[in-house]
Amino acid sequence: MGDMDSVELLETKFSRRTFIKGVIAVGATATATSQFLGRPGIAGAQTMAGSAARLITLRVNDQDRPVDVLPNETLAMTLRYRLNLTGTKLGCDRAECGACTVLVDGVNQYSCSMLTHQVRGRAVTTIEGLQNPDTGELSTVQQAVLEEGGFQCAFCAPGFIMSMTAMIDDNPNPTREEAAHALSGNLCRCCDYDKILTCAMRAAELARSV
Amino acid sequence: MSVNERKSQSDLKLIGTSRRKIEGLDKSTGRAVYTDDIVLPGMLHGKILRSPHPHARILSIDTSEAAALPGVHGVITGRDMPRVYGIIPWTPDEYPLCVDRVRYVGDGVAAVAAIDEDTAIRALALIRVEYEELPAFLDPHAALAADGSSPYVHDAKKDGWNGNITKRVHLEFGEVDGLMDASDVLVEDNYFFEGTTHTPIEPHCAIGLWQAGGGFQDADGATTGKLTVWSSTQVPHYLHRELSQVLGVDQAHVRVLQPLVGGAFGGKSEPFDLEFCVAKLSMVTGRPVKILYTREEVFYAHRGRHPFHMHYRTGATTDGKLTSVDAKILLDGGAYASFGLVTAYYSGQLLCAPYAMPAYRFDSTRVYTNKPACGPKRGHGSVQPRFAFEVQMDRLAEKLDLDPIEFRRRNFIGSDTRTINELRITSNGFLECLDAVERASGWRDRFRKLPFGRGLGIAGSTYISGTNYPIYPNEMPQSAVQMQIDRSGRVAVFSGASEIGQGCDSLVASIAAEELGVPLDYVRVMRGDTDFTPVDLGAYSSRVTFMLGNAAIDAATKLRKMVQEAVAAKWEVNPTEVLLAGGMAMWSSDTERQMPIKDAFNIAESMFGALGSMGSYNTPKDVHGEYRGATIGASPAYSFTAHVAEVEVDVESGMVEVKKIWVAHDCGRALNPILVEGQMEGSAYMGFGEALMEEQVYKDADHGRAGLLNAPSLLDYRIPTSLDTPELEALIVESIDPEGPYGAKEAGEGPLHPSIPAIANAIYDAIGVRMTRLPFSAPSVWKKIAEARTADTLRKPLVPAGDGTLTDNPARTAPAGAR
Repeated sequence: MGDMDSVELLETKFSRRTFIKGVIAVGATATATSQFLGRPGIAGAQTMAGSAARLITLRVNDQDRPVDVLPNETLAMTLRYRLNLTGTKLGCDRAECGACTVLVDGVNQYSCSMLTHQVRGRAVTTIEGLQNPDTGELSTVQQAVLEEGGFQCAFCAPGFIMSMTAMIDDNPNPTREEAAHALSGNLCRCCDYDKILTCAMRAAELARSV
Repeated sequence: MSVNERKSQSDLKLIGTSRRKIEGLDKSTGRAVYTDDIVLPGMLHGKILRSPHPHARILSIDTSEAAALPGVHGVITGRDMPRVYGIIPWTPDEYPLCVDRVRYVGDGVAAVAAIDEDTAIRALALIRVEYEELPAFLDPHAALAADGSSPYVHDAKKDGWNGNITKRVHLEFGEVDGLMDASDVLVEDNYFFEGTTHTPIEPHCAIGLWQAGGGFQDADGATTGKLTVWSSTQVPHYLHRELSQVLGVDQAHVRVLQPLVGGAFGGKSEPFDLEFCVAKLSMVTGRPVKILYTREEVFYAHRGRHPFHMHYRTGATTDGKLTSVDAKILLDGGAYASFGLVTAYYSGQLLCAPYAMPAYRFDSTRVYTNKPACGPKRGHGSVQPRFAFEVQMDRLAEKLDLDPIEFRRRNFIGSDTRTINELRITSNGFLECLDAVERASGWRDRFRKLPFGRGLGIAGSTYISGTNYPIYPNEMPQSAVQMQIDRSGRVAVFSGASEIGQGCDSLVASIAAEELGVPLDYVRVMRGDTDFTPVDLGAYSSRVTFMLGNAAIDAATKLRKMVQEAVAAKWEVNPTEVLLAGGMAMWSSDTERQMPIKDAFNIAESMFGALGSMGSYNTPKDVHGEYRGATIGASPAYSFTAHVAEVEVDVESGMVEVKKIWVAHDCGRALNPILVEGQMEGSAYMGFGEALMEEQVYKDADHGRAGLLNAPSLLDYRIPTSLDTPELEALIVESIDPEGPYGAKEAGEGPLHPSIPAIANAIYDAIGVRMTRLPFSAPSVWKKIAEARTADTLRKPLVPAGDGTLTDNPARTAPAGAR
């Protein structure tokens, strides 16, 4: 039994799979399939009984993106491995660290803990969607991060930048304490919080002056 | 002539100013590439089967069903890579996958490559492993006392030895017992530092690509292939060597690529099972293979801070001078040696500054236990003893009726001296650090004088700027940099250093710009590829600024001299009179005489041919004693730090809130102050997290499955958030080190050390309770408060008058309601 134990122990018991099973109750196993190879048809990757990818159109960064999506696929997986929007990071894959934060209809959300099918018909914004595609102009938050030199390893930065963007949209004139509260769902292990909050305050200032 | 030509700040243009990192734009737009962002054509996804038992023999492994699952391309077990390795050459004790024994819950047993993650996970479930469970050692004291009646974690090297012992170090300097007996005051206590882990936000990730044939041959002329591994490692050079050794591929045909690393903190400073597995699975399947750890696997990979059980005894004279220090430490090492040999030495060797010790002894024993292996975490091996010792310093000051900052000043070791264990100290700005935090925190008016429940605490420390010797013995440089100039006026820098967020790529770029006079955006840094960058040993032991910086100055200076010489010849002036700055070459006697730097480069290329240079740095070898172990702890320079923490303790709940931290750090020279501050803040906050909330603990058989991690998630293993972190003031102290690049020393790890004892000492100032065990979580503080209530000692300590008397403090007792 040791073999089954080990799998249960380290893969299933605590995995996103269980999380989504339990919380969202979508039935079949919810780990994204074929994440690195694109369409599940390649190499016969029809892995889950009864699960089949379905072609849907997502609205991502103001563009319509047709994409094959499994019923149990998370938004983070779709963005990273099917649409190559790798600015969205996976740090825990279970709603703990915030590195995968994106905007859905302007609200910051953990994309690792949403099913892609949940966002059909909704506007998804990733970090790649913040910069003006025509002029290359950075968003006010990105500009503030660049100017203030926030973040060290910056693996958490895209998630923070999305949360800052949502925060300023919601509260254009935050106090530092309010910013700390608004960003408390994102973890930075370099513990660059002081500079991150400075970036947030600067971003709000830039946004107000636009 | 010294490689490092010292310069005053007025001579420097870029160095010493705050500049954003060169990869700042990529990092703020999401374009920065980390390992998991890379997708190769035909890439497979790998998964590792992990042991459910803390200690067991592997009797058999049947992979046939897994291999037959559609979509599975390859399955490997430990028998496919049966070569033992270890990051420290003297203690090799692990295999990429276990061969005949598992030693912790989570030890790798087999690995699968499949077309996707789901298929790989399902294949793992089909692997049949037959185990014979063995008694597990979870408690280090039990491991130490083991008599061989059940199998040791590792077999003893000799009959009659305890195989559970990784390393024992016993070193003694001076008349420890005599001076201890002659001391006027003594303090003696037990301390416990619970283990903690790194939790970088980027999980470990690796991609292996084996290209068979292709004309690549091994040393015997047999056709092999080329192995390429992308990894989130912080030590590409050591990974390069270990991959070659374990997989039997000529080092010349192994290439390690290191994309940007999303945090490491010591947690990625040796090879892990995934790097060997992606390589072997690629060899087996003929396709590239990626493995990305789950967050839970990151916790089990661990190599974090060792739990230390410590006993300290320290003496002093009535005039406030230390006499003798005696330490006994048991290190709980987990299942493998990792860096443990070094940890055992560091646990004692790095305590001998910034205070002069007339006598010192430490006895450190590292034992194996059936838990994930411990290793180096920011402030490797010296954070735990620093906690114990700085609390002892606080107790001694109190016994002597001395202000604890004054007590530390009296014992200052000084600059240009040797420690009792014969380590060479050069620059030393510790007194300035003490002054800075004393002033900024309003110490003199507030220490012992704040209302009950509020307190201030002080602590000091030292740390190395790189370890004097590489991990494997050799005489070659510790760091090297190549630079070349092209006709457009650009400078290309080839650097093998590991950018893990600390800013080393920006460091070499700014040095190139400073020395060659080009704008920063004219410098390109080519990095993270062992095929074409010179060797730098890695991002560990706070070595990078010092060693890489000196190597970069060496390379840039050589190029600068060529350009100066060529321009001087054209102008018929002395080469030293040619200045390169601001994108121009100028004559120092008349700066109106100038030319664009591009033209200067072209003149130099015409004179010398294509322009390139190599620079390197190696450590001085006369900085330590001759005794066995004397080289461990030796460093070309030491940083110094002082912290003051202010806390508020709620005696009803035991909750400790850190209100503010002042941290002063002697980094030699701040080459880029914004990055130095970032390191100081990150260190102090990481220490703050360890002090109050972090603990890597395991279940025993009475509380679930023995050896199972209690909290392998970022919800349960709490790290500081933007709401937890207190206000912090980072105070940079510059002592201008004679051998550091432009006078710089380290800043990445030193500032962590005093954070924990400063908080412990502040708790004492607040309520008169001494914390001797980490973390200072509400339950543990509350327990101490309850004991103090019973003993009627729950009150603020007396104010030291400095003249042998103690002054009462009107605000020192707990409010009536709180008692």
